[in-house]
Amino acid sequence: MSAILPPSERIWWKTPVGKEEIVWILLALIWCIIMFAMMPIWHIYGKQNLSNEAYKTTPVQYEAKVKAMTEQHTIRTQLVGGVDVPVVAPPAGSDVYMLARLWSWYPMLELKKGESYRLHLSSLDWQHGFSLQPININLQVLPEYEMVITITPDTSGEFTIVCNEYCGILHHTMLGKIYVTE
Amino acid sequence: MSQYRICPDTGLYFDRASEGLIKANAVAGVVALLIGGVLALLVGLTRWPAVHLLDAPDFYLVLTAHGINALIFWLIFFEIAILYFASSSLLRCRLATPRWAWAGFALMLIGAVMTNVAIFQGNSSVMMTSYAPMEAAPHFYLGMILFAVGALIGCFVFLGTLVIAKEEKTYVGSIPLVTFGALTACIIAVFTIASGAIILIPSFLWSIGLIGQIDALMYRVIWWGMGHSSQQLNVAAHVSVWYAVAAIAFGAKPMSEKVSRTAFLLYIFFLQLASAHHILADPGLSSTWKIFNTSYAMYLAVLASMIHGLTVPGSIEVAQRKKGFNNGLFEWLRKAPWGNPVFSGVFISIIGFGFIGGITGVVMGTEQINLIIHNTLYVPGHFHATVVLGTTLTFMSLTYFLIPVLFRREMIMPGLAKWQPYLFSGGMVVFTLVMMGAGTLGVPRRHWDVGFAQAAEMGLKFEFPGSATMMLGLVGISAVVAVLGGIIFILITVGSIVWGKKLEKSAGLMQSFGFALAPSCYTSEKLEPVKGPAADLEEHGSGGFEAPGTFVLALVLLVTFVVYYFINWKYLSSVWPMG
Repeated sequence: MSAILPPSERIWWKTPVGKEEIVWILLALIWCIIMFAMMPIWHIYGKQNLSNEAYKTTPVQYEAKVKAMTEQHTIRTQLVGGVDVPVVAPPAGSDVYMLARLWSWYPMLELKKGESYRLHLSSLDWQHGFSLQPININLQVLPEYEMVITITPDTSGEFTIVCNEYCGILHHTMLGKIYVTE
Repeated sequence: MSQYRICPDTGLYFDRASEGLIKANAVAGVVALLIGGVLALLVGLTRWPAVHLLDAPDFYLVLTAHGINALIFWLIFFEIAILYFASSSLLRCRLATPRWAWAGFALMLIGAVMTNVAIFQGNSSVMMTSYAPMEAAPHFYLGMILFAVGALIGCFVFLGTLVIAKEEKTYVGSIPLVTFGALTACIIAVFTIASGAIILIPSFLWSIGLIGQIDALMYRVIWWGMGHSSQQLNVAAHVSVWYAVAAIAFGAKPMSEKVSRTAFLLYIFFLQLASAHHILADPGLSSTWKIFNTSYAMYLAVLASMIHGLTVPGSIEVAQRKKGFNNGLFEWLRKAPWGNPVFSGVFISIIGFGFIGGITGVVMGTEQINLIIHNTLYVPGHFHATVVLGTTLTFMSLTYFLIPVLFRREMIMPGLAKWQPYLFSGGMVVFTLVMMGAGTLGVPRRHWDVGFAQAAEMGLKFEFPGSATMMLGLVGISAVVAVLGGIIFILITVGSIVWGKKLEKSAGLMQSFGFALAPSCYTSEKLEPVKGPAADLEEHGSGGFEAPGTFVLALVLLVTFVVYYFINWKYLSSVWPMG
């Protein structure tokens, strides 16, 4: 009479299945197919999608790109822990670079509301987590991989990047900034 | 021959060698749970902003140790015990190669101790995931490898026992459903351990300098082949225990062997793909790959869990209705033995796993929705609902059953045992909900300073809304309540084994919880093949529903699921456009 004994019917695979089980399996299957379909549908009609663009890189190569952008477009600096961190305002539509390293995001960015930017992300050392707050967009940042994602800020103000992949002893001090102007 | 002991209370058979191994593995598991639980308290008290107990290095160390002890060592030790029970005891068969089984146990123990030593020495605060290129001490990886090899030996002992049982014809027909579920868990475990070997052995060689570099993305893809499968192993194991407890406590018969076994089979076919939902926010993997893999090929493993979610309580309902609790939709449930921790823990686990763990897991595993959840506190909130409310609570319930049956001891403090599942699960339900609430507001996981006081000193200011701080306070309080429930569990079980009155003959202990065991469990015939009872042909003859109450509960689950799923799409649509 129970699940801890062999099935009572030797040919159990030919016994009929109860009505509620059949109805439930059908309902659940339909729901599973809807959930499956939602992801491609959102790629077509939705506005928030992951990018499929990524490149292999090296810390040296990537840092050089960040440096080139910073030298060209720095508009001011901000003092963090006694060091001047550049705030960079690249032109709308351009490639903007941000790097993650133990334990900072570099540089700070200033973007224009409603404009699109190709944001590049990579790490110079360990894994980091790009968590844009209070918007709450979260991406994984890996060393040797350069992710490119097109973002269009549609709110203005000061935004903070929290590192949300544990990266060692000062992980919790790793903050970055993106400023969005009207 | 005294090779088998027949439990006078239940009629269950215990092979002498298997009995010792089940005890050893269960006890080692409970010790790991105790360590994991004490560490959980420290983590909870640090997350509580008003207390903020540990300093940063200790917090990261303790969090690493908590994850590894509670999520890996406790569960896998206990699962090995379940494998031996589901093969040797349920098939009334001697255990294959007990010496190998003891060797496996020794390796697991050595491995567990070694990894713990590595962590507490302080150079391996790398979190459970130990993401390369962050490096742990060599014996951190070596301990994990030894533990995995030991567990693999346990899996093969289980498979060998199935072979012996078939050869020696100790049962008639097919293996019981619970053994089938354990076989599912075993197959998944072998896959899990193979993935673990592929990533942990190179990591070990890298940590001692024999390999130059470990690619971060490759590590994540393969590590999650182990990391996620090991969770699906827990699911297969605890679902098997659900069926076992339904059988033990109610004499419940599976509604349909075909449906339940097919659902287990779906786990084997489709869950390996699921590891993808841990790497949805990663660069270098295409959306096509992510969508196919995270949806387990159209969510067929989710379908399997939804099926079990209906058939386990459904089989209880059918059994209760046969006993005469036939009024209305829910008399069978109202009149269930809620004072018995074996039943109450399992039923709370079914509800908690389905409504909290299951729904949130699928939602956060949706490719785009993952963008607003990845690596926030939502993630540990979710998996505490699956692992703690699902697996740990189920294993606790089974342990209450094992005290009289396996250890032959009378349980001490039965009055407290009655309340323990409610206290523990009450704490955990609040814990998971507030953790996910804070995660929805963006609070990061594995983070010591979510008030960002240290960053502010450097000139970088940021604060989460006050509601996040409030929820983190509740995280701390509910963690304390749940740990208290866990400590009571350990007090009762360990106390019963050490100080409980020895049971000589039938003591009717299970009855003291307020219900009688199924009559079929009382048999005490000599070792003859395990037969299925005579067919009950009227079972599915009628055109009506056998378990309407369960069906209504399942519909409530589905509606909750649909509503919550689309709420998250709505939330996603409010963040910055990106692509």
